[in-house]
Amino acid sequence: MTSPVQAGILSADRGHERRFGVRHHLMCFRGIVFREGLRFLNQRERFISSLVRPLLWLFVFAAGFRQVLGVSIIPPYKTYVLYEVYITPGLCGMILLFSGMQSSLSMVYDREMGNMRTLLVSPFPRWFLLVSKLLAGVTVSILQVYVFLAIAWFWGVKPPVMGYLFVLPALFLAGVMLCALGMLLSSMIKQLENFAGVMNFVIFPMYFASSALYPLWRIQEASPLLHKICLANPFTYAVELVRFALYGQIDWYSLWIVVGCILLFLGGAIYAYDPSKGLLSRKQDGGGNT
Amino acid sequence: MQHVKADEGMIPPAALDVSRVSHAYGPKQVLSDVSFMVPQGRFSVLLGLNGAGKTTLFSLICHLYDSRHGAIRIFGHDVVRQSGHALRRLGIVFQARTLDLDLSVYHNLAYHASLHGIGRGEARQRIGLLLQQVGMEDRLHAKVRALSGGQMRRVEIVRALLHRPPLLLLDEATVGLDIRSRADILATIRRLVAEERISVLWATHLIDEVDVSDRVVLLHKGRVLADGRVSDVVSASGTEDIGQAFGVLTQSGAQAEEVLR
Repeated sequence: MTSPVQAGILSADRGHERRFGVRHHLMCFRGIVFREGLRFLNQRERFISSLVRPLLWLFVFAAGFRQVLGVSIIPPYKTYVLYEVYITPGLCGMILLFSGMQSSLSMVYDREMGNMRTLLVSPFPRWFLLVSKLLAGVTVSILQVYVFLAIAWFWGVKPPVMGYLFVLPALFLAGVMLCALGMLLSSMIKQLENFAGVMNFVIFPMYFASSALYPLWRIQEASPLLHKICLANPFTYAVELVRFALYGQIDWYSLWIVVGCILLFLGGAIYAYDPSKGLLSRKQDGGGNT
Repeated sequence: MQHVKADEGMIPPAALDVSRVSHAYGPKQVLSDVSFMVPQGRFSVLLGLNGAGKTTLFSLICHLYDSRHGAIRIFGHDVVRQSGHALRRLGIVFQARTLDLDLSVYHNLAYHASLHGIGRGEARQRIGLLLQQVGMEDRLHAKVRALSGGQMRRVEIVRALLHRPPLLLLDEATVGLDIRSRADILATIRRLVAEERISVLWATHLIDEVDVSDRVVLLHKGRVLADGRVSDVVSASGTEDIGQAFGVLTQSGAQAEEVLR
């Protein structure tokens, strides 16, 4: 090895007195998003599995249940719709849910592997780093949803063309809510194995006890208790927000609940990852000895 | 202990000033009233056995956790109240590998550069130069997974230097490496201190990594048993070299603290 001094790479003007401006924050944000995208592209099986899951539900489950489950005319639909059409917003929500949780899973993995430290020792504010990480995960999951919607179009699920545009902010908000929830959960879990266990207690209950698969009125007919659980489930409102947006409408009630949940979950995650107040400092970190 | 802010006095602040720091994981006390300084432009060794508390101390210095008691300052900047200023002046090589194995060397380093607000063009230039200095310019686009342990460490050192920090912390940086890689890495860091006047805190449990000209902080069971020049520590312990002093001090514990401080 030769000396770095020859190249002047560590010269005296290190620029540490200069303040970080908007440009520096954007560079940091772009770097985090770019890395998340690269990781996703490098894990092709993750991309494929993220699509196979909802497509199986669409092609197999929905096709099978089409004759069994009739969906009456309920907003935002103006006519009777096929079960595939009804289930599609729920499957978009499913992609966001799994992707959000997977993104958080990667935070547990990063923490175990030590990669998370490189993020957390950045001089940018901790909340900014976490929000950037969260938005990077949401960006990747929205891309997956659009790929899914494109395939669903060929399967006969054809919402209005403008719906593809209107649904973007709804997907964004729903994605942020679910990623923030995952981030909050990841802060409470020390080891990857525990996280997988918690996922079984979070992902599946959230998905099944919601309006993703069945309209709420049908659930109410079948089980009033389950109906109440569905109403208490934030995922229900994420799905309804996406459903209405896909048909160019805004479900204001769902919108406010999703925004409220974002504030709650994101605030909790930032609190939990705060070095002085959060939960991380109560645990012994892996990697070193003590 | 006196702390001097950068703009207040004639005396420059220490590169690192750890003052009466204690930390516990639940009921387990890991650090107790730890105080020491790393002077500017010096190579200092944090010497301690496994479990001494070195990694926890490093986590506190780089603000992964907050210390409940005591204060840590980097060039006069408190790591809790002025964490941004403090962390900009700090480069760190963790004991555990912290590179993303699925990404290339370049993408790992570019990611770090972005976390310090360095633009792509400048980052590319710095990465090229630093990799050249550690003899790894030909591995720029190699996946990290394909690198040897020594090469990974060199990449981590390059990463720690990318934002030109005046203080470098290395936590057991040579663990698991062969003798030649260890010597190479240690020589590189010592050269940085000599030629660039970078301040270094080198945590290790390996006696042979300590040079007689170094400052040494001996950490044992979360307490500082000795802090000073190697020759002072050796003579105060009544031994002939740092290896013997290390053995004597870690056996006699608190009594040694009284002798040396």
